[in-house]
Amino acid sequence: MSSIIGPKQFQIPRIFPRPMSHSGIWYWLGTVDHKKIGTMYGIVSFFWFIMGGIEALLIRVQLSQAENDIISPELYNQLFTMHGTTMVFLVVMPLSAAFFNWLIPLQIGARDVAFPRLNALSLWVFIFGSILMNISWLTGEAPNGGWFGYPPNSTIQFNPGNGMTFWVLGLNVLGVASIAAGLNFIVTIINMRAPGMTLMRMPVFTWMTFITSILIVLALPILGVAGIQMTGDRVYGTNFFNSEAGGDPIFWQHIFWLFGHPEVYILILPAMGIVSEILPTFARKPLFGYTFIVFSGIIIGFMGWFVWSHHMFTVGLGPAANTAFTLSTMLIAIPTGVKIFNWLATLWGGSIKFTTAMLFSIGFIAMFTIGGLSGVTHAVSPSDAQQQDTYYVVAHFHYVLFGGSIFAIFGGLYFWWPKFTGYMLNERLGILNFIIMLIGFNLQFAPMHWLGLDGMPRRIYTYAENMGWELSNLAATIGGFLIAFSVLIFMVNVFISRINKKLASGDPWDARTLEWSISSPPPHYNFVEIPKVEHIDDWWYKKYPELLEGSPKQTKSPKVTVEDTSNVDESKIHLPDLSYYPLFVGVGLSIAALGVIYSYALVTIGLILVFWGCIGWSTEPVNEPHEKHH
Amino acid sequence: MSNQDVTIQHGEEIKNSTGVSNKKLLMWAFLGSDVMFFGTFIGTFMAYRNKSLNGPYPSDTLDIPITSISTFVLLMSSLGVVLALHYLKESKMVLAKLWLILVIIMGMIFMGFQVYEFSHFAHIGMTPQANLFGSTFFTLTSLHGAHVSLGIIWLIFLLYNEYKGNLTSENAIDLELAGLYWHFVDIVWIIIFALLYLITAGDGVPPGGLPWIAGQ
Repeated sequence: MSSIIGPKQFQIPRIFPRPMSHSGIWYWLGTVDHKKIGTMYGIVSFFWFIMGGIEALLIRVQLSQAENDIISPELYNQLFTMHGTTMVFLVVMPLSAAFFNWLIPLQIGARDVAFPRLNALSLWVFIFGSILMNISWLTGEAPNGGWFGYPPNSTIQFNPGNGMTFWVLGLNVLGVASIAAGLNFIVTIINMRAPGMTLMRMPVFTWMTFITSILIVLALPILGVAGIQMTGDRVYGTNFFNSEAGGDPIFWQHIFWLFGHPEVYILILPAMGIVSEILPTFARKPLFGYTFIVFSGIIIGFMGWFVWSHHMFTVGLGPAANTAFTLSTMLIAIPTGVKIFNWLATLWGGSIKFTTAMLFSIGFIAMFTIGGLSGVTHAVSPSDAQQQDTYYVVAHFHYVLFGGSIFAIFGGLYFWWPKFTGYMLNERLGILNFIIMLIGFNLQFAPMHWLGLDGMPRRIYTYAENMGWELSNLAATIGGFLIAFSVLIFMVNVFISRINKKLASGDPWDARTLEWSISSPPPHYNFVEIPKVEHIDDWWYKKYPELLEGSPKQTKSPKVTVEDTSNVDESKIHLPDLSYYPLFVGVGLSIAALGVIYSYALVTIGLILVFWGCIGWSTEPVNEPHEKHH
Repeated sequence: MSNQDVTIQHGEEIKNSTGVSNKKLLMWAFLGSDVMFFGTFIGTFMAYRNKSLNGPYPSDTLDIPITSISTFVLLMSSLGVVLALHYLKESKMVLAKLWLILVIIMGMIFMGFQVYEFSHFAHIGMTPQANLFGSTFFTLTSLHGAHVSLGIIWLIFLLYNEYKGNLTSENAIDLELAGLYWHFVDIVWIIIFALLYLITAGDGVPPGGLPWIAGQ
């Protein structure tokens, strides 16, 4: 919508005054500050991480012994569906978004993202969309058709009730949030870079965010279409996946994975960006092959569109299709392998500091490599025919998503925590957290490899005593509880850092990129003056210019230090005012989606809220006029 | 506009790395995203072409001459947006408003045709529930109609601001963005008209489909 600003400006009547305070709950509800929004993304998605983890633990308890019936089969179906959906859409994606929000403006030297209110909209739509999807638990009809919702298992004929309708509407609302955020970060990264920050001087995390954002805005609309079609089938009696009317359930698989495969790169590319920041910082040397890493990321983002049918090798697409997708899938392993060798070469010859963040990053490389190798085994379609829908696949994608994404995210949390909060986390507890998580993770997921190859089907409710699967399953369950314990250690660590208040300096790790050139936590305007960028890893070379002159190691103490901002005149720095309208639109969207299930009255109320929010938003000036005269 | 407003506005516009304004870049990126949205629906339609098992079939329903008229009107409205923007940039406000009004009217005529077409189809038994053709046809065309309707609301909003004197040659970018969106929606309609109407209109009973008799 347009934002025309003028004295004769039409403004719709305000029911609530525009929030102006800079503290308290109203500030958080109306904030457009990318750092606050990032924090809220982080807190909410960490809450869903706990919920998804509890769902996983319940699954593991049920599978811990043969012939177990501690939870009902119906609940079991709901648990594995919601565990997968939660971890993909409510944990890894928004946790990555928390990092995008916090770091992108800081890394490119900007005061905020390009569209601060749109950013707030993404947050609120995400929060209410996640609530929408999970209130299905309260109705007792949680989604139960698996996280990829294959028809006919998800059609109204075979899966009556509202469960999968909640699922599909929830995904559509969350898709709006992701697309809005993706658009925002594309524009931010293209347009808001500090002077001198050319594309090839951008930090790798910024690059990976850029590629991820492009994937998001192109892939999520496909899921949106699939969602509209399934909603039509389930609620309005259309025939898209109804084979009685000639509809084709396989068509859903094509659209879902056409979205779903770029989605897995949406999940892993930010993680690759995070470790690409941590490794050079603690190896005390530049990232090896920056250009290769960037271009590998671009190639992954491109080739990710041509591999979707490897999820469908056993569907019967024929030898030509299976061969083509086998080849494209094996090819996409190459740019990923390139990155792994670049990370290893970054470590080579470095003076490595084994901090918690570094350990998680090294753990990421190792675990992700294992997951990548098992991935290559089911890139081969005949081999995949043996592995399809077994625990081997479960082992594979947990090695890349947990061992990959979550390890990197934990590494990122330990790395940037001082920047986010201004307090240091305890390194001893951190290392304990890492060790227990690594052991628990491998204890849980390594046995799934041989369980799967031995024929244990994925999503099975229970198994017979004579299958010989009990020990491995018990080990996996114990591993699951070890992971939960390690997450508990993390939370204790956070709690202790709040109590101890061990203050972090602006640059506690002696790091490389621009976010470390300002105080911790950053002032709300980020940079007193927008930095001028002359090099890749600009902050590092500003600190140690002798490195540019050929010195192999930094020989002197840092030439510049973090600027003191205690007596900065803030009146010259213009930041956008707060706004409630993104919150209204976010609430309205979810109410309207809920109305599709329950009543048109709710749809109407929701759409009125959305419309009112949009009009109010587009007529609201970025800054209230009197604000500017201070 | 007070001076300070102008400086802040300008500050936002020029303080970027490429020289293209943020808003315009956002619109282009959004249109890229929308391409995937419509592309998937169009792909669904093509994949399910001639797969309906019962009527009414496209040859029983589609009326090319009537839809050609509404197509013509919609395509001409794109020219109207170009002229409205042109006159706005030259500060010829009377012509700018006139063309914007015409664009809005043309958009409304198109929507009127769509309402007529939908009610006619429903009358002869072609509904989203009737068969695959109905499901794929109605989802795609109604979501396109939703895009046109949103565009009309947007243009009315801009017209209101032209009358209020808030939309002038200085911030013509706001009309330019609406124009980009409007052109995109037109281009999508060209593809829809070609694929859903022109090449589909002759499709009769597919292999395996039951014959259809009107009025059944």
